[in-house]
Amino acid sequence: MSTLPLPTERESSSPWGRVTRALPTVLSSLLAIAIALLAGAVVLALSGANPIPAYEALFAGAFGGRRELAETLVMATPLILGGLAFAVAARAGLFNIGIEGQMVVGGLCAGLVAAWDPGLPVFIHLPLAVLAGMMAGSVWGFIPGFLKAQTGAHEVITTIMLNYLAYRISTVVIGQENFPLVNPALQATLPALENARLPRLIEGTRLHAGILIALAAAAVVWFLLYRTVFGYKIRTVGLSPGAAAFAGIPWGRTIALAMLLSGLLAGLGGTVDALGLQGRYYNVTLGIGFTSIAVGLVGRNTPFGVVLAGLLFGALASGATKMQNTAGISRDIVYVLLAFVILSVSALAVAQQFRQAKRLASRARGMTRDRAAQDAGDPLVEPSPPSRAI
Amino acid sequence: MRGRRRTLDELLSFFSVALLTATLRSAAPLVFAAMGGLLAERSGITNIALEGFMLMGAFAAVAGTWFFHSPLIGLIVAVVVGAVGGLVFAFWTVTLRADQIVAGTAIVLLGLGLTSFLTEHIWGQAGSSPPVERLPTIGLGMNILLPVAFLLVPLTHWFLFKTKAGLRVLACGEKPEAAQAVGIDVARYRYAMVVISGLLAAVGGAYLSIGDLSQFTTNITAGRGFIALAAVIFGNWMPWPTMGAALLFGFAQALRFQVQALDLPIPQDLIIALPYLLTLVAITGLLRRSTPPAGLGRHPTGG
Repeated sequence: MSTLPLPTERESSSPWGRVTRALPTVLSSLLAIAIALLAGAVVLALSGANPIPAYEALFAGAFGGRRELAETLVMATPLILGGLAFAVAARAGLFNIGIEGQMVVGGLCAGLVAAWDPGLPVFIHLPLAVLAGMMAGSVWGFIPGFLKAQTGAHEVITTIMLNYLAYRISTVVIGQENFPLVNPALQATLPALENARLPRLIEGTRLHAGILIALAAAAVVWFLLYRTVFGYKIRTVGLSPGAAAFAGIPWGRTIALAMLLSGLLAGLGGTVDALGLQGRYYNVTLGIGFTSIAVGLVGRNTPFGVVLAGLLFGALASGATKMQNTAGISRDIVYVLLAFVILSVSALAVAQQFRQAKRLASRARGMTRDRAAQDAGDPLVEPSPPSRAI
Repeated sequence: MRGRRRTLDELLSFFSVALLTATLRSAAPLVFAAMGGLLAERSGITNIALEGFMLMGAFAAVAGTWFFHSPLIGLIVAVVVGAVGGLVFAFWTVTLRADQIVAGTAIVLLGLGLTSFLTEHIWGQAGSSPPVERLPTIGLGMNILLPVAFLLVPLTHWFLFKTKAGLRVLACGEKPEAAQAVGIDVARYRYAMVVISGLLAAVGGAYLSIGDLSQFTTNITAGRGFIALAAVIFGNWMPWPTMGAALLFGFAQALRFQVQALDLPIPQDLIIALPYLLTLVAITGLLRRSTPPAGLGRHPTGG
């Protein structure tokens, strides 16, 4: 990713130093959101709708009360997990477009285990179902990672193919007339047993414990990426496979494990959706997989950024329903807003890098500007690793 | 014995003219988008925006046909919209030098959001447009765009490998710094190729909405843009193999309609999934490492 900070920048910083360094990023993200809302207002105005009541309804629908806030968190939950999945793979230099498929197998397996009734207590059955979802996702993520490591097969093709395969397998399993755990007419598994459901957090809302899992996952991913050797290897491989090889870091093993972790997180996303929100696994494409890519990108592939971006996207999704109902504006405008957010984030990221490169260049006496930009890891100058090319 | 003969007959009739034309019909929109994607990637721009261009084209074709009562004008509107979409993408990736995958993702979301928003806005119903007139057909359920798609393949090959402009495109994609050094305006060639990719993918979208169907439905492309990109990579960034990959995926989609007619002991969903599984095996076993253009995603220094 062109927006990656160098590993050394992170390691040697005090907490306060990190906050001040993150400030321009946060500010530019806020600016990007403002630009996107403005551009969205233009689209709304052009189509003959008044943007002000539309945005009022959007805001009220996302933050207007206890219920709306809860709904925002509900929508954000699978997006945060999907965004984390994307971020982990991106840190290793891989483009995981297969989050959708990993969510499907995760949700399917978790749903099947949750519908199965061996009479287990909640503290065994629920973890078992969650574990099943995570394992399934891991397998689905590990396959493209392993294939890339072993044969160089491009992860974009393999994950797209695995998305289709996941959906087909799910359709076959769900469609089995004489399989006791599924309901073919409903295209779903049987409802999850009470002992295997994620508990509801606030009565009268749909908020479930999945959000806690998502936040915990973000903390774990942060720790893994920035405080463990494994994370250091992932980031080094992603930034420069050549340097990683020189340092003796095995490229193949690292990317395969990074993809396993990515798939695990995506599988968890499918799991919380099945066990928390739906109460069973439905065989429909969620579309969350693709939005997750956007969450990862807007969150600059950092765990904290992904949480914020997931909350933002969740707010848009929950506000859109209200906007549709009260202002009569199609909720699909939210995708347009998301696109504008991403476009402005990506443009502003370039501007920020340019400033950074310039600052470093002015500091580096006796160096030409281009050379300093190169040393700053400017992606415009530095050739990208082979895995980034699609 | 009789039973076995019948199964054989059934199997033979299965590989019929119907399956062949269905394969061609399903592959044609993929070929349009894939040739566009191939040109952009060969010039050095990673193009995951194809899906977005296809959606925009599919929608614009129906809207144009609806407003001007002519599918040919609809096609022209789609071409223009696709080119404008390509221009936006090129501005972001070539001029602003934004991350190409990030910008591509945004274009896909923009295509998805804008087309479904406008569908509801113009026709007052979510999900689909009213039916419109279709492009003329040439028999066997194939429309006039189908032969165009397959003519594009030799054309793309000829352009890239036999013309001066095409060789310059290749230079931009392989070694942008060197291309720049010998005086090739890398940015201009990349702009041109990205705009053409938007235009061609949009025609692929129009093929779906006013060629195969006669209306626009939300997410009508259903991931075909990504499949087209997979075809480019599977085809190792070469026109003919890319077409081969598109035909394989087209075959997968065509099977869906044919497999229902057969009474097979295996779940039909697994048969439909077979080409995707084959692709997975093929890309790992046969191709070993695919070799993208060396300068893909890279900008020339200072330019």
